[in-house]
Amino acid sequence: MRAPAPRYAANDGVIEHAAAALGDLLVEASDLVGEVSLTVPRERLVDVMTRLRDTPGLEYQQLMEIAGVDYPSRPERFDVVYCLLSLTRNHRIRVRVTTDEEQPVPSVTGIWPVAGWLEREVYDMYGVLFSGNADLRRILTDYGFRGHPFRKDFPLSGYVEMRYSEEEKRVVYQPVSLAQDFRNFDFMSPWEGAEYVLPGDEKAPTPAPAATPPTPKTAEPSTNVAAQPQAKGAQSPVTADQLRKADAEAAEKAKADVDKPKVSEDTGDTGAGKPHPDDGPAPADPDVVPTKGEGQNQ
Amino acid sequence: MSEFLDELEGRTDAADPTSGDAEIQNYTINFGPQHPAAHGVLRLVLELDGEIIERIDPHVGLLHRGTEKLIEYKTYQQALPYFDRLDYCSPMCMEHSYVLAVEKLLDLEVPLRAQYLRVFFAELTRIMNHMLNLGSHVMDVGAMTPNLWLFEIREDCMGFYERASGARMHANYFRVGGVHQDVPLKLLTDISDWLDTRLPRLFEDAISLVAENRIFKQRNVDIAIVSRDDAIRWGFSGPMIRGAGIPWDIRKSQPYDVYDRMEFDVPVGTRGDCYDRFMVRVEEVRQSARIMKQCLAEMPEGPVMTTDRKVGPPKRGEMKRSMEALIHHFKLYTEGYHVPAGEVYVATESPKGEFGVYLVSDGTNKPYRCKIRPTAFSHLQAMDFMSRGHMLADTTAILGALDIVFGECDR
Repeated sequence: MRAPAPRYAANDGVIEHAAAALGDLLVEASDLVGEVSLTVPRERLVDVMTRLRDTPGLEYQQLMEIAGVDYPSRPERFDVVYCLLSLTRNHRIRVRVTTDEEQPVPSVTGIWPVAGWLEREVYDMYGVLFSGNADLRRILTDYGFRGHPFRKDFPLSGYVEMRYSEEEKRVVYQPVSLAQDFRNFDFMSPWEGAEYVLPGDEKAPTPAPAATPPTPKTAEPSTNVAAQPQAKGAQSPVTADQLRKADAEAAEKAKADVDKPKVSEDTGDTGAGKPHPDDGPAPADPDVVPTKGEGQNQ
Repeated sequence: MSEFLDELEGRTDAADPTSGDAEIQNYTINFGPQHPAAHGVLRLVLELDGEIIERIDPHVGLLHRGTEKLIEYKTYQQALPYFDRLDYCSPMCMEHSYVLAVEKLLDLEVPLRAQYLRVFFAELTRIMNHMLNLGSHVMDVGAMTPNLWLFEIREDCMGFYERASGARMHANYFRVGGVHQDVPLKLLTDISDWLDTRLPRLFEDAISLVAENRIFKQRNVDIAIVSRDDAIRWGFSGPMIRGAGIPWDIRKSQPYDVYDRMEFDVPVGTRGDCYDRFMVRVEEVRQSARIMKQCLAEMPEGPVMTTDRKVGPPKRGEMKRSMEALIHHFKLYTEGYHVPAGEVYVATESPKGEFGVYLVSDGTNKPYRCKIRPTAFSHLQAMDFMSRGHMLADTTAILGALDIVFGECDR
């Protein structure tokens, strides 16, 4: 690992150990970007967590975080990710279950009371239900808030805004009205699979019927731009884990000169170059009268 | 039988109460959200039996700004200033987790001087944070003078912040790949002088007023004792878990940047009460000063930003002469850099405890999901069981020793 991120105990053998402890409860295990992640069946989550905490050699005593992630295109759209920490083994692990809007996730408040608020937060932000959590109220949003704001289909601006009304002498809620449109930039380049036709390109003959013709996206003014999925740049072709492994291989080969920086600060390497590489000193400018060395106001 | 006779004669408890019959209901009071001892916008619903706390229901979220959602709509570079605004008492430590997470996904090498500068300023931030916390803690339990002296130190720290980054609080100084700019030599020598003279004088003076003070001890010793098991079950971290007697410090056990080159001690408490948590923080300030001195002694010369031009912006002078540098600059400040797909959870030791960032990247120039693990969530949640059976006046001491900042708690 070249990045100066926190370095904890090695992942060697953790997956095997967890697989032995969990048996058929382990759906999937991965060791990507130097972090171990386990996917387990939702219904047996409490059993899994108890085993991860109590099995000697695993000993994940602390639950540090529960994070919800929303993937709207999946059938079970929500990931609920539990970040566990072992104080004795100095190791971190992630446990993941998937769910949708209706299937409840078993609460782990019986194992770790800290899960109470963490589950409340995931419920508040994503609408994931937790069965067995005795106090599943909203936590971060306003009293009486409706909707689950961190879902990908919830607009960034929200639906209501509030202000103090001088006439009614109280705080009133009203639909959001933005003074300026939400600015959404398109970073897709036409070479990287942007799904629109550049102006003028529609005149060119379509190359082949095999490729599906790109649907022209006309610039019709949208009523709620913020509700659209955000514009993003093209995806980078490698994943973080591939990059890390490739770098590890490169580091193996070039072990001799690891102390040298990856790229030098030399102008020759950055492409800056010198103004005139072979020219020597610059020629005298005929318009410049050389001074007599007595300053400006001679 | 006597009840039956009473009933026959129409004598009821309400009409003729005897001392055993009278039932006193617990009553509920509301603390905050606007209260000087609430350390921000905290609302506590306290259920009291006389002056004894039966139950506490903290209501948080009054400062919720949807930071995590906003970050999903920003490039990686644009998301950084949001982190200053989480825990606004220790801004650079918030940035630290985030830049380390992005660097881990990018597998990016960071120049050594930048790593030293980050550790140096993270420790300055720790001092700055603890000055506020220790000061407000002693003020919450009745002392005035130490707070004023500690704020002097905090003011100095903010001055150093300004000289390094241009901003007194919201520094935006740590960047993915290093730090924004190198610091002037005069700043380092000034901080060095400050560490040798002004900091110990002011700090030790202020602490000597409270550390052995009888009233301060009466208000803090044996208040809200947390056992080791409770500290683990409730997900404690930072001074809270060390106060409970567990020697756990991410800087020591999972070193990041150049913490593995630093020599420092991890203080732990013996009783797990508010006084221990206070004293753990006091000792951490001294250890932070020690780390800063080591940084000053060992810090090498060199670049402070990665020379990978796909992540780190080119120098201004280079842009005047090189077309390629100009293109890099343009691309970095419009589109930003693309982070390869993957997910990481990176946690650092912020002054308040484990501050984590769970970052999911889908390979584009914007994070797919950025979950922030605040320290305050687990600590504040534990306040219910910590305060049970204590007096109402102890709430402020307990809250002071928790070290809560709502920018971070509510996000």
